[in-house]
Amino acid sequence: MSNDVIKAEGLTKVFNKSLVAVDHVNFSVKEGEIFGFLGPNGAGKTTTINMLITVLKPTEGKASVLDYDIAKQANEVRKVIGVVPQEYTADEDLTGYENIILCADLYGIPREISKKRALELLELVELSHFKDKRVETYSGGMRRRLELACGLVNRPKVLFLDEPTLGLDVQTRTATWNYIKRLKKEYGMTLFMTTHYLEEADALCDRIAIIDHGKIIVTGTPSELKEGLGGDIITIGIKENEDVSEIIRGVKNVKEVKNEDGAYRIKAEAGEVTAPLIIEALRKKGYTVTKLSLTEPTLNEVYLEYTGKAMRDTEESKEAFISQRITLRRARGG
Amino acid sequence: MSNANKYKPNLIRGLWALTVRELKKWLKDPVMVLMLVLQPLIWMGLLGKSMRIDALFSANNINLPQQIPIPSNAVISPTIPPGIPYVFLNGTIISQMFANMGTSIMQNTFGVADYFSYMAVGMISMIVMTTTMFSGMSIVWDRRLGFLDKVLSTPVPRGAIIFSKVLNATLRAMFQATIILALAYILGLQLSSTFTLLNLLGIYAAIFLLGVGLSSIFIAFSLRSTRMERPMQIISLIMMPLMFASNTFFPISLMPDWMQAIARVNPLSYVTDAVRQLTILTLDASALIMDFMYLSIFAAVLAAIGIVLSWKYLTK
Repeated sequence: MSNDVIKAEGLTKVFNKSLVAVDHVNFSVKEGEIFGFLGPNGAGKTTTINMLITVLKPTEGKASVLDYDIAKQANEVRKVIGVVPQEYTADEDLTGYENIILCADLYGIPREISKKRALELLELVELSHFKDKRVETYSGGMRRRLELACGLVNRPKVLFLDEPTLGLDVQTRTATWNYIKRLKKEYGMTLFMTTHYLEEADALCDRIAIIDHGKIIVTGTPSELKEGLGGDIITIGIKENEDVSEIIRGVKNVKEVKNEDGAYRIKAEAGEVTAPLIIEALRKKGYTVTKLSLTEPTLNEVYLEYTGKAMRDTEESKEAFISQRITLRRARGG
Repeated sequence: MSNANKYKPNLIRGLWALTVRELKKWLKDPVMVLMLVLQPLIWMGLLGKSMRIDALFSANNINLPQQIPIPSNAVISPTIPPGIPYVFLNGTIISQMFANMGTSIMQNTFGVADYFSYMAVGMISMIVMTTTMFSGMSIVWDRRLGFLDKVLSTPVPRGAIIFSKVLNATLRAMFQATIILALAYILGLQLSSTFTLLNLLGIYAAIFLLGVGLSSIFIAFSLRSTRMERPMQIISLIMMPLMFASNTFFPISLMPDWMQAIARVNPLSYVTDAVRQLTILTLDASALIMDFMYLSIFAAVLAAIGIVLSWKYLTK
């Protein structure tokens, strides 16, 4: 077996012969790493995951999980993977324990094993006290943890997490990250996850692929991607309503200048030294600097760099998100 | 290699797990069970009890003359015993002549003396029809809530997913039919002399066949319809006509020809007839065999179409 646990080559999904959700993506995931797909809603993350977990068939291209072809050996793939879907799929009318047993039954795990394992998993996600409570009484964070437990019931080699903290508050989100980290450590699994939260990708992922409009734009470790930006980001605002890009470009260490509606986004090495030089250069030409900020690159900058838009701009309202999902469902149904 | 591979997901385990899930869900919502039983109960209790066709056709409802004189020179037929010169046909005699008119009209057209018994059995078909047609809705919800995708990502045989829905719908239909039958009995259903407890098996078999056929096709249809509201609309559109163009409420023989044509292919007619044969009618074996033959073919054809369509959807 090769070192690559997941491999995708030219993986493509087209809905209704026109809606290209995933457009010839190539990537590989190494054994034991957490690989993240980062991108806005509608970028093709869930579609990719659904192809990898054999729920959707690719229109073109191929992919494999542990060397099993996702199209030709779907059933083998299903046996070795665990899935934690975006939605809360646990049955609300059943208890947490009953839900895990149901999942185990679907994998054909004998009851004598699954009963023991269900208790272990509930312990792991700290739901033991609630095991006989119906899921409808669970909070969002508890449901998320139950989904995690269900996804682990077959002791998967590869775990797929689709937006594992979608809709959770900051505290619960951090707690969920800790669970995911612990799971990875205790089970030694390979994780493939999607997210549209930059902090999440930064906190969890060993490697990230930024995806937008169905295409992978860049792949790398979070620090590689940040370093790849080539320095710090200086943002400057001036009083005068003129374009001073050329002046800034002339300053030492400045690598790139972007004028974004009067705010200059400057990429520069050694930002703390370069920023005063820029102010000086502008003052000499008679301009007044009114605003200045200096940031070391975060994934937000990386994201901005590659997609040309801030992450927050792409975070649509919930309604828009839901309506888009419905469109996709319809496309799938028809 | 990996230990995950040693588990053998099988059809029966998966089928059982998924069916138990639905039955648990169903039993935890007794209001829903009650609501579904309520509709046929209202039909039965109100329409069935008020439509007293036998009472409708009674002498009280006809304006009879007090006396009809017959001339003394009237020709006396040979069947009248000699020695009696004339008779008076008075109201009492005429009333007696018409007294059993309603009952015999019922017997000759409906096959049973009281309308309540006749239509109460029809309500069993009705509940089987509604329960199994709406069964498709649960898979629509499963799809919407992401449960279906989760199940599809497990190695459970795809057939188990479809069969569990069909089985679940059919079991529910059988359970609800039992309630309706019990309620009808309490309300005065007249069982025929040929009824034995063994007949219940036949009733369940008939319900099973209709349930399997209808639920398979409606599950496939719901699964493939892109709009959630569509199956609901279609079901409410076809339910009434299907019921009226069958022997649920009235015998087929009284219908106009075009309607008879529909009623004779309508599976509801066959289930209703089979259940009537097994409960309120004096069992006619050849009619019963005919009913079961039709129902078996109906179930086999629809289940085949439904399962193939669902299968294609689930494995696409």
